Amino acid sequence: MSETRDIICVTCPMGCTMHVVVADGQVQEVTGQSCKRGIAFAREEVLSPHRMLTTTVTVRNGTLPLAPVRSRSPLPKALLLPAAAELRKIVLCAPVQQGQLVTANILGSGIDIIASRDIASSDAPQSAA
Amino acid sequence: MRLLEADVLVIGSGPAGLAAAYQARVSGAKRVTIIERNREPGGILPQCIHNGFGLRIFGRDLTGPEYAQRWLYQAQEAGVEIMTRTMVQSITPDLRITASGNGTLVDIKAKALILATGCRERPRGALGIPGARPAGIYTAGTAQRLVNIEGYMPGRRFVILGSGDIGMIMARRLTLEGAQVMAMAEILPYVSGLRRNLVQCVRDFDIPLYTSTTITEIRGRERVESVVMSAVDEHWQPIKGTQRELACDTLLLSAGLLPEIELARLAGVKLDPVTGGAMIDERQATNVPDIYAAGNMVHVYDLVDSVSESALRAGCKAAEACSGHEQPCEPLLPLVAGENVHHVVPQYVHIGAPRELIIELRVKLPLEEPAVVQLTAGDKLITSERLRYARPSEMIALRLRPEQYQQIGQAPCLRAAVVRASQIKTRG
Repeated sequence: MSETRDIICVTCPMGCTMHVVVADGQVQEVTGQSCKRGIAFAREEVLSPHRMLTTTVTVRNGTLPLAPVRSRSPLPKALLLPAAAELRKIVLCAPVQQGQLVTANILGSGIDIIASRDIASSDAPQSAA
Repeated sequence: MRLLEADVLVIGSGPAGLAAAYQARVSGAKRVTIIERNREPGGILPQCIHNGFGLRIFGRDLTGPEYAQRWLYQAQEAGVEIMTRTMVQSITPDLRITASGNGTLVDIKAKALILATGCRERPRGALGIPGARPAGIYTAGTAQRLVNIEGYMPGRRFVILGSGDIGMIMARRLTLEGAQVMAMAEILPYVSGLRRNLVQCVRDFDIPLYTSTTITEIRGRERVESVVMSAVDEHWQPIKGTQRELACDTLLLSAGLLPEIELARLAGVKLDPVTGGAMIDERQATNVPDIYAAGNMVHVYDLVDSVSESALRAGCKAAEACSGHEQPCEPLLPLVAGENVHHVVPQYVHIGAPRELIIELRVKLPLEEPAVVQLTAGDKLITSERLRYARPSEMIALRLRPEQYQQIGQAPCLRAAVVRASQIKTRG
């Protein structure tokens, strides 16, 4: 038995609609993509959907109260809400540097969470931007 | 009063301002200064913590803060000076600029000026929803700033009016922060933001999104207690008997962006009544000599890379202008919106300019089938491009190459149109 699924690609802003034929849990055919990233996305979307996670964590002693953070690579979709909840418990101490590791291997996913901007310490003299 | 001289002065340090200033320096302008009213550069990018920025320019999937930081490094490396916490108060047509900030006034004399003032959100007043004035009504972008920068959750149970990208991104953001998004209501029969956001922000989190639906009443005295949603007909009129009340404590408005043109108007820049932004030619030049405009204050873009690219053009031309580079003397031809085109930018082109031109436009109505964007002069087809579909949420770019200029002849204007591919019998 095969089934067809329509999938909208989220890899880039084009948002191509792709038709995926799935049989016995395997992707048989992908059509409608504009590039090969679409094929990879469609396969993953059927077998194990992943998404980037972007959220914020609390910063103590910073010029701003929060630092934006991101997953280094897409997380399994089912982990997005629990990972965001986990990150609400984290407190970083300023200064924070872009790319700094915030949490390694979040919820055992093998994926790290990193800071996506610098936050200066509120004690440090303000440099004129 | 402090006195300052600049070759190129840029107003705004968002993606347009940073890219314009960087490019002006790279193109040879000696003194390039950015004026920014906020406490830090980056414009709206620091609060856009989601990814999806920079795929075209940097070949990377960056978050807003990362995208801003890259341009900031590049601009600073190139020798751009940035004055934060400084706000422009007046601009004269001979490019004398007065700004205030850090407790002082600054008088600036510039050879060329680039307006990169961005856009603002359409406020509630412009939407005309009846009801009391309770607390708990925010534009989506204000809520985004509160949640992502200030660390303040403006509510627990949200309804979002409009399905613009910021609204959809906030629906996901609020859900990730543990709040409940009860519904999104879109008056149009289709989603107005990008499809990728419909998937990854709305459907991924099972947020109910109703199209052809609007909010007809806001209830609550001190604080929002509920809203009334109604289905609308094809003329956007609420259909009787479809009202239903939804309990919520906060309403977010995501109903479009408007170019920020107060300073452009002060400087005497001509505005386009359709886009609400500055009218420009292919160099990003306005009608006022040596004043250029870039990014969302020209027309609201859907992708930040397009904003930066428009600014690179402006930066290059502004640098050329202040070095005494000869200005174009070719005839200036209006570019107008034809069938199913909402607006087109630039509004004027110099025919004969030595480089290819990029024409940007948006359609009025979506065509979910192969379409063709055409540029005609009188009844002559100058160029056309096939599209897989045409959607109002996605800007369409069309290239006009120098060798195509000759075909334009004596036509009074160029017209852009987007039609169904099946409507075209012979392909041009």
